[in-house]
Amino acid sequence: MVGITSYGVYVPLFRLDRQVIGGRGEKAICNFDEDSITMAVAAANDCLNGTDRETVDGLYLATTTSLYKEHLGATTVAMATDLRQNTYTTDFGNSLRAGTAALKAAIDAVQAGSAKKVLVTASDCRPSAPGSALEQNFGDGAAALLIGDTDVAVTIEGSYSVYNEIIDVWRNNTDTFVRSWEDRFAVEQGYLPTMYEAVSGLMQKYNYKPADFAKVVFYTPDARRGAEVARRLGFDAKTQLQNPLFDVMGNTGAAFPLMLLVAALEEAKAGDLILLASYGNGGDALALKVNEPIEKIRNNRLGMKGHLTSKRIMTDYLKYLRWRGIVPLDKTPGPVATYSAVAAKREYNQSISIHGSKCKACGYVQYPPQRVCTKCHAKDQMEPYSFLGKKGKIVTYNLDYITPRTETPIATTEVDFEGGGRIQCYMTEVDVDQIKVDLPVEMTFRRYPLWEEVSLREGVYLYFWESRPLRA
Amino acid sequence: MGSIRDKVAIVGMGCTKFGELWDKSIPDLVVDSCYEAFEDAGIEPKDIQAAWYASRESGFTGAHLSRALKTEYIPVTRVENFCCGGQDVLRNTCYGVASGVYDIALACGIEKTKDHHGGFGLFIQEPLDRGMTEWDIPPASQFGQYATSYYYHYRDYYGWDAEGFKRLLALIDVKNHHNGMLTPKAHLHREITVEDVLKARIISWPFGLYDACGMSDGGAAAIVTTPEIAKSIRKDYILVKAQALAAGAGQSTMQQEFDFLRFPENVAAAKSAYKEAGITNAREEISIAEFHDCFSTTELITYEDLEFSPRGKAPEDVQAGRFTLEGEQPVNTDGGLKCFGHPLSASGLRMTYEIYKQLQGKVDNPERQIKNPKLGLIHNIGGNVGIHMAAVTIYGLPE
Repeated sequence: MVGITSYGVYVPLFRLDRQVIGGRGEKAICNFDEDSITMAVAAANDCLNGTDRETVDGLYLATTTSLYKEHLGATTVAMATDLRQNTYTTDFGNSLRAGTAALKAAIDAVQAGSAKKVLVTASDCRPSAPGSALEQNFGDGAAALLIGDTDVAVTIEGSYSVYNEIIDVWRNNTDTFVRSWEDRFAVEQGYLPTMYEAVSGLMQKYNYKPADFAKVVFYTPDARRGAEVARRLGFDAKTQLQNPLFDVMGNTGAAFPLMLLVAALEEAKAGDLILLASYGNGGDALALKVNEPIEKIRNNRLGMKGHLTSKRIMTDYLKYLRWRGIVPLDKTPGPVATYSAVAAKREYNQSISIHGSKCKACGYVQYPPQRVCTKCHAKDQMEPYSFLGKKGKIVTYNLDYITPRTETPIATTEVDFEGGGRIQCYMTEVDVDQIKVDLPVEMTFRRYPLWEEVSLREGVYLYFWESRPLRA
Repeated sequence: MGSIRDKVAIVGMGCTKFGELWDKSIPDLVVDSCYEAFEDAGIEPKDIQAAWYASRESGFTGAHLSRALKTEYIPVTRVENFCCGGQDVLRNTCYGVASGVYDIALACGIEKTKDHHGGFGLFIQEPLDRGMTEWDIPPASQFGQYATSYYYHYRDYYGWDAEGFKRLLALIDVKNHHNGMLTPKAHLHREITVEDVLKARIISWPFGLYDACGMSDGGAAAIVTTPEIAKSIRKDYILVKAQALAAGAGQSTMQQEFDFLRFPENVAAAKSAYKEAGITNAREEISIAEFHDCFSTTELITYEDLEFSPRGKAPEDVQAGRFTLEGEQPVNTDGGLKCFGHPLSASGLRMTYEIYKQLQGKVDNPERQIKNPKLGLIHNIGGNVGIHMAAVTIYGLPE
């Protein structure tokens, strides 16, 4: 029996009020220090909460917004989530179906016995032209599903796929923004017939009737078309169709169907049958059955509900464009930093994996990893110590309004952690009115905030862990 | 003017393996080199009362040493003096002890050139910004200009053509690579022939690949104390006989009488060191030396500048094998910069490590141990043409 043994999602804290771009509701938007990698890490950690990470032997990252044409994203996610070195890592991309493609591949791998537990992450932060319809449509977010064969909360009953060669929504190697052909063509020749074929194909193959499903979860290019597919195939859109969350989140690309699935699973009960279908140059349809262990997953994570409730509304459109890099920052010379791939690689254990060291002689926890103990001065008596998931409190902080950065003030914090250890780090999602000594914080994986210039000059992206106020 | 002669002793030294140490951080090299020195001296890290830390590109401030070693609020000064950094850091430490303020002090020099893309940059970044109008030339040309001058001045006397001059220089490269083969901590271990040197690709005439030193990471450290304390620690401590440093003031590039047949900074540093050490005939009195062989002609000209060879006669000594392991005055017994590479702020201490071990008779490979050396000399030269910085240090065993 193979299927989902745990789930997690990530919706960024910030929502752009669509009124500022002439639309309705809100859309979830990445902070300036977030991208598809950092969101995948957040969703993966939401999903792995309570799981022994040593048992995971595969990590897939699905995204249409890879940061590199050549360099894996999955390795960064695997390191940041403390997966062991011999974890199989690979990326899925180039399609809005990448999320379900990774899911299907993981199921196949576990079923075939080549893997025991595969973590599927899907994450997207798709670029849209200012003022375009796609800008209103898109949201940012990530999902993570753990696929295994024990304690399975959601079994995969069957799947059916079709392909459809069409230029309806696309972005080539040099495009800055996603493009789309006329909406009527895209829907009538692309989305609708493909979804009909994929979903009805699945139902015929496995002899399902519409009434068999407690919930149908459809990728949809807008707020209405999913309901059209549901009605046409004989589902009751009102009771059976998963709300596509357009008004509160937006279309999150390759992550969208999996995020909506998690939303459906949060409401599901054992015995429920769920139909999941994605779209992108074809369609993947999967039949899923909910089992008893679903109850165990539900409560110890933020999930869709928690993430959607925890939000900060943004109405400053210019700031949004700056965050997306569409409007450049003032070119006042900023901090000059040189980058060394050699030094960076040596420090991944502290920058990507949030590891310090613990002295075997005196037990003192310290960050970054040390060779000589800061407390008892024992030499080379250290073992790695992970701060992943540890909560802390601000010891002291400072707000800097002058140093040029996408967002000011820059908050620096000294954080003391439960279980020991102190980390000096930047703080993100700073609430200037709330920050204070003793404020409880947690750590979040972000694009290294101060050295944006290094990314531009060297073509590399730097990551680091930052503190943030508890997201609850 | 006073003298430091016999006032300061070295009682412990450490030196890491040099090479492309991808896995070693700056703190790793500090810990590895300093702990070898602590163990060699039989002292505890807490016995150190003050420290000096040399780094050109590997960390500003002395905190790079204190944080790695977890010293408890002792003074640590960072020293930067380009190629002389590793020697100058020890010089400063020696004065700290000679002043009577500190009983036991630590000198450490680290450089990780291989953290930089491709190693030591062709042009070296200045601290903070500059107008980009000051003339700067690549390191090979800094020294190559002296090679050109030397070649033109002496070619008729020695009957050289271009290849003949390169063959002479190749003898220095072959010697150093041979010595490096016998040195486990060296970066490059490859026996080469004169033909190899001649066939190698040109870097900057007359320098081919083997005329230039390697590029590496490394670190070294020394424990400095008073002769009185040294006696209580070990019998075979070594004594500072002279510590000289000479800074050029642009004379070579502004005054017409400078001929580029010598490094005036070398000459000045040697003169000062020999006076301090009471040496009247360097060719006879100095048993063994480590020279700055960034490029082969630097070693060649230094033989003359430091009076190991009479002016214009170094080529004859090189051909006679005077500076080989078996010769009368071995130079770069460990393979020099050619085989260790040149992590700037570590080199001077690494060279001191070799002299220290040679004087003690404790070289890590007996095959390159020189018999009963009395006085050992360390030399470095760095910086830019005209404003070179040269360091000459001399050590000896206690009477």
